[in-house]
Amino acid sequence: MTVKKVDISIQNISKIEGHADLDVKVRDGRVQSVNLKFTDNKRFFTQAIRGQSVETLPQAVSRICGTCSIAHTMCCIEAIERALNVPVSEQARALKKLTMYGMMIRDHALHIYLFALPDVFEKDSVLDFTGEETQYLKDSFDVKRAGNKLTTIVAGRAVHAPYPVPGGFSVIPDIKELRALIPELKLAREKVMKILGVYARCDRKYERETKFVALGGEEFNFLGDYILTSSGDEIKEENYFEHLDKVVIPYSQAVGYEFGDDTYMLGALARLNLNKTNLHAQTRRDCAKYLKLFPSNNIFLNNLAQGIEIVHAIDHSIEIISNLKLKPEEPPKLEYKDCQGIGVIEAPRGILFYRIALNKDGAVKDGTIITPTQQNQINMELDIKKIVQAEIERGTSKEVIQYELEKLVRSYDPCISCAVHFLRVNWI
Amino acid sequence: MVKKKIKQKKVEGKKLKIGWFSFSCCEDSTIVFTELLNDHFEEWSKVVDFQYIRVLRGKNKLEGLDVAFVEGAIASDREKKKLFEIRKNCKKLVAIGSCACTGGPSAQRNIFPKELEKEIEFLLRKFHHSDKVHKLEDLVRVDAKVPGCPMNEEKFLEVLGKMLVEFGVNR
Repeated sequence: MTVKKVDISIQNISKIEGHADLDVKVRDGRVQSVNLKFTDNKRFFTQAIRGQSVETLPQAVSRICGTCSIAHTMCCIEAIERALNVPVSEQARALKKLTMYGMMIRDHALHIYLFALPDVFEKDSVLDFTGEETQYLKDSFDVKRAGNKLTTIVAGRAVHAPYPVPGGFSVIPDIKELRALIPELKLAREKVMKILGVYARCDRKYERETKFVALGGEEFNFLGDYILTSSGDEIKEENYFEHLDKVVIPYSQAVGYEFGDDTYMLGALARLNLNKTNLHAQTRRDCAKYLKLFPSNNIFLNNLAQGIEIVHAIDHSIEIISNLKLKPEEPPKLEYKDCQGIGVIEAPRGILFYRIALNKDGAVKDGTIITPTQQNQINMELDIKKIVQAEIERGTSKEVIQYELEKLVRSYDPCISCAVHFLRVNWI
Repeated sequence: MVKKKIKQKKVEGKKLKIGWFSFSCCEDSTIVFTELLNDHFEEWSKVVDFQYIRVLRGKNKLEGLDVAFVEGAIASDREKKKLFEIRKNCKKLVAIGSCACTGGPSAQRNIFPKELEKEIEFLLRKFHHSDKVHKLEDLVRVDAKVPGCPMNEEKFLEVLGKMLVEFGVNR
């Protein structure tokens, strides 16, 4: 029997980064409203960066988010480099890639082991794991540690990394230290290959047609060259903003976005759907049976995609480190001018966009920051609506629906700290 | 700095009941905490009961905590109410990271010039933010602090070690 009236209210969804509430209203057997509310308080970074020196900006914006702080630093640096025409050496490019890979390994591992895996084993928490499950918790520590060490050696720290600056790195790592990390990276790879099997065997499925958007390029390095969409578009990074339509979501502290008239999804699933052929050759070989599952509309495959990205990040890091010859290199001196620059990179959860305008004294005139989770917000609501409608018609209990919704939200790996803190919100 | 010591005898098998809470901040110290688990989980799982830790579990219990580790600054009445509730339910409260200890950078809006204040005024009203952002000890008693942006790992381990001794937990 179809339930006529249901109110679902989830306060403070657990095992995600930041705070989110969800309210769903069902009347006469139809989903009437889905309100996904990002409830982290605003910290007004967009306003606070105005007048700030371009030299300190990458460190300031890092404080927007603890888990993807490196993404903010690197995207901000890219925007500054483009604004001030800062040359970036080959060595600096290699170190940037290693910085991004270290972040992806640690951040994705946090999500696929500590946040999403309890849902697969139908446990409330990794702390409740028993028997063989506990091995995956131990594995998570080896994987996260390897990613943490990689960014610590290259960028100075895994959270709020101090070394990356426009045009390069203020400290050049010790190549011996980097090479000594290779066995640890290989061990982490072995562990991740096991978790891929767990996620691939998992029969969770939820599909809805949507547009996927991700950075493309000859190399799958999260820094990208242009933007790809599942509709076949190829868009220049500097034109990305023109394609986005801001949508005010009155009950959430973050605005959402649509891509033209479409809702869209960013993140690991989008990246593998659009760019899997550019993964590292070793990753393509060893993950071949899993890669056959992409492209896919199944949102739960986002977690498998994250795992494959860890393998890729490890494979490419090992290749880079093995061939790397490091020399002392001073970052270029910044020549201030009245200008504007755009940075677009892949953060763990998808495309991160920075537009920074500077004055001739090297101070920020204005900044726009658009984060992946706010871009995924509308897509998540539509997914929630569809899943609730289907479950209501199937006669599923409210408690089970609620748990299914939490699992769905977690599979996106949302980052609410990011989503609420940057946006310029014009509510009037 | 642990201000007031609770002296308890060591009890075999006893665990320190802890809570981990995040308010207005970037949750960098939470990430550092999840990274500390890489090397300390085995040891902590024997002596620490992670009774309230939303980042790792859905079912959490607030009542009867020994120590509450609180990250972030307080920027709304909703957060203030929750902080008071935590303080009521824990024996010791530790401020974690820069925003909890000093207010900043979350409190950056406290010193905005007039024109920026005006720009954000409607957002503060719309989302029921407080007029000013507060560090924890502006509002509740804080027993110890772990400063840093993110928190200093060594200082955290030192404070946790002291709490284990104070609450009579065998390591």
